Amino acid sequence: MSKVSSIGIDAGSTTCKLVAIDCDGAIVGSRLEPTEPRVEIQMERMLAALRDELEAGPEAPVIATGYGRKLIKEATRNVTEITCHARGVFRALGRAGTLIDIGGQDSKVIQVGDNGRPVDFMMNDKCAAGTGRFLEHTAARLGVPVDQLGGRALSARGEEAITSTCTVFAESEIISLIARGADPDSILRGLHRSLVGRVISMVRNVGIVTPLMLSGGVARNDAVRTMIAEAASEEVVLPGEPQLMGAYGAALLGGTA
Amino acid sequence: MSESDALAHYVESNRLEHFVNYELVGKSALRVQRWRDQWKLKRRKPRPDSPLSPPLQCVAYMKEIMSRHYLEGRYASGVRKVAWVTSGAPTEPLQALGYFLVYPENHAALCGVRRKAQSIAEEAEHAGWSRDICSYARTDIGAMLSGKTPAGRLPRPDMLVCCTNICQTVLHWYRVLADYFECPLVLIDTPFLYDEAHDHEVAYVKRQIEDMIHVAEEMAGTTLDQARFAEVMQNARRGAELWLEVLNRSQNRPAPMTAFDGFIHMGPIVDMRGEAVAVQYYERMLHELDARIARGIGAIKNERYRVLWDNLPIWFKIGEFSKSLGEHGVNVVASTYTYAWGELAPMIDPNNPLESMARVYLHPILNRSTGHKLEAMKKMVDEFQLDGVILHSDRSCKPYSLGQIDQRDRLSKTLGIPALLLEADHNDPRDYSNEQGANRLEAFIEMMEARG
Repeated sequence: MSKVSSIGIDAGSTTCKLVAIDCDGAIVGSRLEPTEPRVEIQMERMLAALRDELEAGPEAPVIATGYGRKLIKEATRNVTEITCHARGVFRALGRAGTLIDIGGQDSKVIQVGDNGRPVDFMMNDKCAAGTGRFLEHTAARLGVPVDQLGGRALSARGEEAITSTCTVFAESEIISLIARGADPDSILRGLHRSLVGRVISMVRNVGIVTPLMLSGGVARNDAVRTMIAEAASEEVVLPGEPQLMGAYGAALLGGTA
Repeated sequence: MSESDALAHYVESNRLEHFVNYELVGKSALRVQRWRDQWKLKRRKPRPDSPLSPPLQCVAYMKEIMSRHYLEGRYASGVRKVAWVTSGAPTEPLQALGYFLVYPENHAALCGVRRKAQSIAEEAEHAGWSRDICSYARTDIGAMLSGKTPAGRLPRPDMLVCCTNICQTVLHWYRVLADYFECPLVLIDTPFLYDEAHDHEVAYVKRQIEDMIHVAEEMAGTTLDQARFAEVMQNARRGAELWLEVLNRSQNRPAPMTAFDGFIHMGPIVDMRGEAVAVQYYERMLHELDARIARGIGAIKNERYRVLWDNLPIWFKIGEFSKSLGEHGVNVVASTYTYAWGELAPMIDPNNPLESMARVYLHPILNRSTGHKLEAMKKMVDEFQLDGVILHSDRSCKPYSLGQIDQRDRLSKTLGIPALLLEADHNDPRDYSNEQGANRLEAFIEMMEARG
């Protein structure tokens, strides 16, 4: 019999994630790909590949989360990312606290209760400022690969203030900064500061219950983590696989663990 | 005047059109329409897939009286004096003087429900009005400039009455109307209340109401008949009492109606308070709600969670929200907005009309402190046994949205219930993100589920 007890799918706006867990709630397999336009077809393919790899049949429940969750035909249930991230991080770190999840399309601050369920949350409002997409767009304008963003921002000698929080207008601001001969790394540092400023105001709104925890794709960015810790004057802890926490939480909700 | 001159005058004054199209044909046609609606409602097949119980039967009457009101509006010019008034204006003396009343806010909401508000508001935007202005104001100014309205036609005002107890936007909006229509504007300035009204504030507002009566009498060429005024005041009090009773019926489990029903059924108390027809309507509605309660019928078939709505509705989303929340067993049973037209009923004193009107029109929730609103919400959470609160942060309505971040925080921390801040606009669909909004609502429901 397969060791897979449940599968979680996080069909996010930027990346699609799959996590399979065993009956103890440990991750036994995962998949991560950039989101394609036809997410339902992509997910079917990714799910089949994961099942093949783990020699799992269709009997394990599939729980879907993320913006594309309602498109997943095989899902037995769909749950919002808020509940899934809370559950995933709670299990991975074993503690309650304030969780910051910065994804591609939105960022959220979730107060995780003692039972791993969300007690309160706040999300960015109607625009994409303060999200992964903000960094992605502006990085593209500077020609810097996303995985080098954090390192270069941290090693910058100076910091250029980015006043516009709007993703599109920030891009124009960058163009004029480059035209004035500003150092690209200092611009990057300013961009990170701007994003962290947005996130921190949400954190203060929900309130900090230590520890501050970070999940989502942007958690892999060192500069974001460092600047959040500085701004909040608190230590920031990360689970091993921050980007998979939504899918992991979904899998946990489907399993018995 | 010769007979032919009299006839010509009659035709010119719009009276013939008013008589034929409204009194003779219109009213009868609407009555027939109501019979048809009632027949359809009675024969409506059960819908097992719908999370909602069938609509209230009285909705057919409401449709009739609201349509009749707007239909009369089309032909009112020249027949009755017309006043355009804000939703919180002291209208009772105007009714007693025979004025036909137009509520631009209600008209804008009608455009919103019919999903016409955006295209009408764009008419105002094309003429230079900023998108940062209230979407009600933009909708009505757009309708005024272009003539576009789902109501057919609005009668030109003979006077305008603007009361600042709901916001300061109306002050500027009504100046625009006065300029455009070249008619007198009466301003009733209501000082903001940090606590209860002081006597000097009551005296100040009372004096302004007296001034309004003088202007209205002059425009109408008649004087206020005290007996008729007393009758209007009685109706105003009784109508508001009944509306409050209607809303409080949702303290029952399951609640016989939703706040979304309330948003629709509030039409008569807004547009016709002081008229006997509003009193009769809410008597009928109360009777139907009591019958539902006696049979244990709820507005949502499977009521699991009970929620409070703060602020104006998102008019263009009422049906969708009612259904999608209903599917999760969520009944929005109460709202601070619908309550505003009922909670002041005990203050209305027909024996002391002017002073009690001054008090009533000073005390709407929007003219009081944010702390007062928080306490009112806490009381509703208790009385309606609520599991959560949705605070609609309304881009257009700044006075209503002010303080919501703190109110949300205190509701969730002191009462320990989930409270959601939902960013939207009461009339402009461009200010609501569907996916993000739906996602927040689902997460809010999951939080209530997690509490058990």
